[in-house]
Amino acid sequence: MIDKSVASPAEAVAGVKDGAVVLVAGFGTVGIADDLLEALHEQGATNLTIVHNNAGNGDTGLARLINSGRVAKVICSYPRSGDYSAFLNAYRAKTLELELVPQGIISERMHAHAAGLGGFFSPVTAHTKLAEGKETREIDGVLYVFEKPLKGDIALLRAKKADRWGNLVYDQSARNFNPIMAMAADLSVVQVNEMVELGSLDPEAVVTPSIFIDRVVVVGAKA
Amino acid sequence: MTSSDKTATYKPLNRDQMAWRAAQDLQEGAYVNLGIGMPTRAASYVPDGREVIFHSENGILGLGPKPEPGTEDENLIDAGKNYTTLIKGGVFMHHADAFLMIRGKHLDVSLLGAFEVSEAGDLANWTTEDPSFPPGVGGAMDLAVGAKEIRVIMDHTDKGGKPRILKTCRLPLTAPGCVKRIYTNLAVIDVTEQGLFVREMVEGMTLEQLQALTEPKLQLANNWQSLTPPAMAA
Repeated sequence: MIDKSVASPAEAVAGVKDGAVVLVAGFGTVGIADDLLEALHEQGATNLTIVHNNAGNGDTGLARLINSGRVAKVICSYPRSGDYSAFLNAYRAKTLELELVPQGIISERMHAHAAGLGGFFSPVTAHTKLAEGKETREIDGVLYVFEKPLKGDIALLRAKKADRWGNLVYDQSARNFNPIMAMAADLSVVQVNEMVELGSLDPEAVVTPSIFIDRVVVVGAKA
Repeated sequence: MTSSDKTATYKPLNRDQMAWRAAQDLQEGAYVNLGIGMPTRAASYVPDGREVIFHSENGILGLGPKPEPGTEDENLIDAGKNYTTLIKGGVFMHHADAFLMIRGKHLDVSLLGAFEVSEAGDLANWTTEDPSFPPGVGGAMDLAVGAKEIRVIMDHTDKGGKPRILKTCRLPLTAPGCVKRIYTNLAVIDVTEQGLFVREMVEGMTLEQLQALTEPKLQLANNWQSLTPPAMAA
């Protein structure tokens, strides 16, 4: 019997290696796997590359990893969101590297990896500073910039409900990057509010099919 | 002529009036993305009876008004990370699809804020190059290339009264040649291959006065009108 559920967030993030690329879903403070990030902090892997839309908030989760000196690089679109003091301090101290990527390009680069593609040409950033050093090509009179695929060693995800196979449904705008990151990592782990019986999720409404999910941990709804 | 003489005979629009003006151009059935900040206010001023569908980069099509106090949902936020609501018929999608809609010419209008716009419609709205802060681009570059029409809403001048509509942008570009219409606190200006055309100016303003606050040459459209929004508290 397939059962991807694990007993704890610690078990969910077991095995993450130093230097890993960690896909962290979420937008602002919504749809973030807070408990998995805390568990990753306890787990101890360091020299991490974090892929996330923002760059941590307050002093928990991703911000705590940064404060503990565990993050070598952040790939994000918008670090200046909420209380990003942890990132700002490390950025100013030059203890971490920032790769700034437009929001839709981050998601599409992961989508490309998930789809087995070697990258894509995009009009976004053409003729701007962010295209400097990148390959470009004119197609039908329009300048495009080549973007490479982006792959995670692990994706830390948050969903509303799962079944034991790992089929997932989300909660409104907490969906955001979760389904894309689920498809783009070697190991995709998800914290959910609720585990439901196999067969009880409407197959027409499942957003992430189980093939993309490796581990599921139930942490309950936010207090 | 002193600057007080120049401003004595007209009154700039306040931010809600600017948002109101931009909203009047959103057509029935349009799919529209509103940028963070002033563009977001336009959602409140769509004329009654007109159905306009708002898109949010974080995966919402059918964004509604702010929730009533006490009804906020922690998992329902807009691109500015403020609590929002979903209208009837509204749906959620993941980020790659949200940006496919943005990039792939599916949206009718993208209404953005700006620091500077050039006479060629170049847009600079993502960085002021302040070295003490990390840069952030968010969805700005995606939004500036993909909609069928890019419009900008911004103050006509900076806080020191210097033009923000320029011959060439001084700040790093978000995208070249993308802006088609500019709504400012003084005027509505179209960017065309023949140059900048003033469609509307606030009441009492002359083209000479507007030109003094604008770097590239302005032309008055034949059918130009006075820009007269309803009174609104600032």
